[in-house]
Amino acid sequence: MQNFQFDFAGAKLSLLPSGALWWPDKTLLCVSDLHLGKSERAARRLGRLLPPYETRDTLQQLEEDLRQTGASIVVCLGDSFDDLESSYNLPEAETLWITRLMAGRRWVWIEGNHDPGPVEFGGTHLAELFEPPLYFRHIARDGASAEVSGHYHPKARIHLPTGPVSRACMLFDTDRIILPAYGTYTGGLRSDDAALSNLMREEAIAVLTGSPPRPIPMPR
Amino acid sequence: MLDRSANPALMLIAPTGGGKTLAGFLPSLVELGPNPDSGLHTLYISPLKALAADMRRNLMSPINEVGLNIRVEDRSGDTTQTRKKAQRADPPHILLTTPESLALLLSYEDAPRMFSGLKRVVVDELHALAESKRGDQLMLCLSRLQALCPELRRVGLSATVEDPPALAAFVAPHPTPCHIIQADPGPDPDIGMLTTDTPPPWSGGGGRYAIPEVLEQVAKHKTTLIFHNTRAQAEIFFHELWLANEDGLPIGIHHGSLALEQRKKVEAAMVAGQLRAVVCTGSLDLGLDWGDVDLVIQVGAPKNVKRLVQRIGRANHRYNAPSKALILPANRWEVIECHAAIEAVLAHDLDGDPRGPGPLDVLCQHILITACAAPFDENALFDEVRKAGPFHSLSRAAFDNCLDFVATGGYALQAYDRWQRLMQRPDGLWQLRDPRLAQQVRMNVGTIIDTDTLKVRMKGRSGASAGKPLGEVEESFAASLVPGDTFLMGGKIVRFESLREMEVQVSRDRGRKPKLAVFSGTKFATSTQLSVRILELLHRPTLPDLPGHTQDWINLQAELSQLPRPGRILVESFPHDDRAHSCIYGFAGKNAQQTLGLMVTRQMEELGLGPLGFVATDYATLIWSIAPITDPPQVLNADQLHDGLEGWLAENALMKRSFKGAATIAGLITRNLPGKRSSGRQATFSSDILYDTLRKYDPDHLLLQITRTEAMRGLIGFARIDEMMARTQGLIDHVITDQVTPFSAPLFLEVGKVPVDGAGREALLQAEADRLMEQSGLSSLLPK
Repeated sequence: MQNFQFDFAGAKLSLLPSGALWWPDKTLLCVSDLHLGKSERAARRLGRLLPPYETRDTLQQLEEDLRQTGASIVVCLGDSFDDLESSYNLPEAETLWITRLMAGRRWVWIEGNHDPGPVEFGGTHLAELFEPPLYFRHIARDGASAEVSGHYHPKARIHLPTGPVSRACMLFDTDRIILPAYGTYTGGLRSDDAALSNLMREEAIAVLTGSPPRPIPMPR
Repeated sequence: MLDRSANPALMLIAPTGGGKTLAGFLPSLVELGPNPDSGLHTLYISPLKALAADMRRNLMSPINEVGLNIRVEDRSGDTTQTRKKAQRADPPHILLTTPESLALLLSYEDAPRMFSGLKRVVVDELHALAESKRGDQLMLCLSRLQALCPELRRVGLSATVEDPPALAAFVAPHPTPCHIIQADPGPDPDIGMLTTDTPPPWSGGGGRYAIPEVLEQVAKHKTTLIFHNTRAQAEIFFHELWLANEDGLPIGIHHGSLALEQRKKVEAAMVAGQLRAVVCTGSLDLGLDWGDVDLVIQVGAPKNVKRLVQRIGRANHRYNAPSKALILPANRWEVIECHAAIEAVLAHDLDGDPRGPGPLDVLCQHILITACAAPFDENALFDEVRKAGPFHSLSRAAFDNCLDFVATGGYALQAYDRWQRLMQRPDGLWQLRDPRLAQQVRMNVGTIIDTDTLKVRMKGRSGASAGKPLGEVEESFAASLVPGDTFLMGGKIVRFESLREMEVQVSRDRGRKPKLAVFSGTKFATSTQLSVRILELLHRPTLPDLPGHTQDWINLQAELSQLPRPGRILVESFPHDDRAHSCIYGFAGKNAQQTLGLMVTRQMEELGLGPLGFVATDYATLIWSIAPITDPPQVLNADQLHDGLEGWLAENALMKRSFKGAATIAGLITRNLPGKRSSGRQATFSSDILYDTLRKYDPDHLLLQITRTEAMRGLIGFARIDEMMARTQGLIDHVITDQVTPFSAPLFLEVGKVPVDGAGREALLQAEADRLMEQSGLSSLLPK
């Protein structure tokens, strides 16, 4: 697997092609915005019957990344479930699948805006996690440093002779990392949106997900 | 018309104009008489909102003259809510509307009451409606109406078509016979090629070389319509026309991307006789008399004989005068194509692909709409649907699939027991689980799928206030713009300033040449029948009617290579610029030749021939590669082509676009409502993800079946590849030569070259990413 390796706040990190963040020195894998149970919520709230396969697709990918990296700590950076109810309504097979993935690992659920409060799974439930020297939280905080967050689902666009290509991406500068959404049914916010350009420093880099991940200057 | 007015189904075919719409209304006026009872008597359906509004004005004058007490009203998306409510409570005698508005009316609980007295339905421009899913939806709605009012009689009004009985079977309630009335087609048109001093260029579609000759014709006639095949070509031509228009002849432009206000202005000026010419596209194919048109110029090969005939009918709307038309071939190949098309017009040999069976996504929407109005019985609905012409052979299994999709999502994984959209009641009737869903269904009524477009607006003076709207461009085009880029809009050169709140802001540019020319419009492929005529024409011993330069070109091709033969595929292989080239003459139309390019290069990749790219036209595909094709049957094998359709071709962007359309119509995803679209909110995600997920976990899902069916027609055009393989039995003439051949030469100049994907594209991405990092100096910050 080809990863994108970089140094951040003194930590040696890698972005995996899937958009997961890997910290080998701590054997820590961080994924953000899984939005499990999204199709169930759409059916419940909007009467939209989307293909009900996004949870297994996301878990499949997560299982693959865990196998590849052999992570012993997993940090889910918030919005792990599309809402609190969807975590209760998950089919039994998928609940079991999550429990199986969690077995034998330290598992941290960070609260997100979609799934505040404790979810019914085990593991540790935190508003944020400090794993020196890095802070893990769902939404980036103004003026923070050494911060890893998610929430925005950043994506970036690059112009090729064949036309524009848009992919989910990780944004990073000297202060912060914003991870792409890991879940299958997740759209993106373009990096040139004010919400993102105001957060990131001038020299920020966007790393497009894919195999291998590709760094470009953050389009703004 | 009056003699037959008791028939349950009638079709009137008359050339454009000819007053057929008023003829369609005559029986209604007679039946209603001077003092009719209240209640809806006649429903008039037209494909254009504007047509319904104009028709009201046209009808009111005879009604008022004779002093009839008949109420006529129109109804469309533009009608006010109050007016609409009043119409449902107290309908007029004659209601003029569109297929979408009718579908919406049928979704209300009070539909049976509103339509209870309905006697007649008049469908205008039936030939145009039948070309799209709007026609299929309308026929389902008419079946619904027929069930509400068994005595209902239908009249279809159509321009000249190639297969009247097929269209009659489409519009009539199955299996009721439909009588066809053919109006006198009038004299043959006066049609010819516009000859020019300069020979046409080898490639391109604009016809700009003939500007002086076109201006000369405009000066000689009262009003000229100048038809183009795409909006971009119309824009460029209009711009150049004005640069050369030294006499300042009043000339306007009209196409579907222009803002409504702009179009209305041009239409009004035309009706008032203030314009000497209008440069236009298919947006003027339908509609009323646009003033005193005495000449139609078709720029570029018409691609389709039927459309050409309908366009020619736009000139001289009087019955006994021949329509006058000139065709301007845009390039050398089109000289041959135009000649073949003129012969077809004079031989009354119209073309058209037979309609496929009614599409299932439209049926899914119809089931939802039916459920909004009232709980329904599935057996009764099935019988009703099969009475619609396009759905008469629908199988019960296919119907059940659609019902299951609407009710549960139709997934192999039964996930939505609690949230089904439709539920079966104890008495067996199906109803909406949650009545509030009806609102959402109504917002999504219709089968017109707009490509995502963005409004173009002049930037306000102060920068803050919005300037006036100019029109629309496709989102993909807008996304490719960089500030400072210039392009044509409404004949003016504008400069791209910024993309703000989903609007393209531009300013005026003083330059004479726009940097970017293209925003795409509809592209037609040359019809099967016209392609056959071209192949036949090439093999005549002499071609005295063709200009000398074109004759010389054809003779040179015969001498240096050979002419493509009707029963075989010609493949030429030759080196050029240190690369191997192969030109495949399939005459399958541009979409299919494009798909063929994808498929053959894929095959070449597997054989290790190193394909680098290809370009396609209506008649051939040119492929360049590292190693030459030595054995064409290896890459042109019917079985392998079919495997491709099922396999890797499914990943093609065009397939995803077809899926998006089907998913929107069937109600899986909701449409982007204008003004309601969020600017890239992270909550919305693209339909491509749904498509990929379904392919992975539920490959037999109904929507994927529909997508595959659509790939046969339309943008993928796979049916034309099938047709080509059947026509030639896979027989191939392979010519190996050491130089570019005369017929392949124009393809080298063709725009729209497609680099072969896969390894190639990743390399491009890598190169561009590296360049950007290097340029910005950021690469030094990354660990080595």
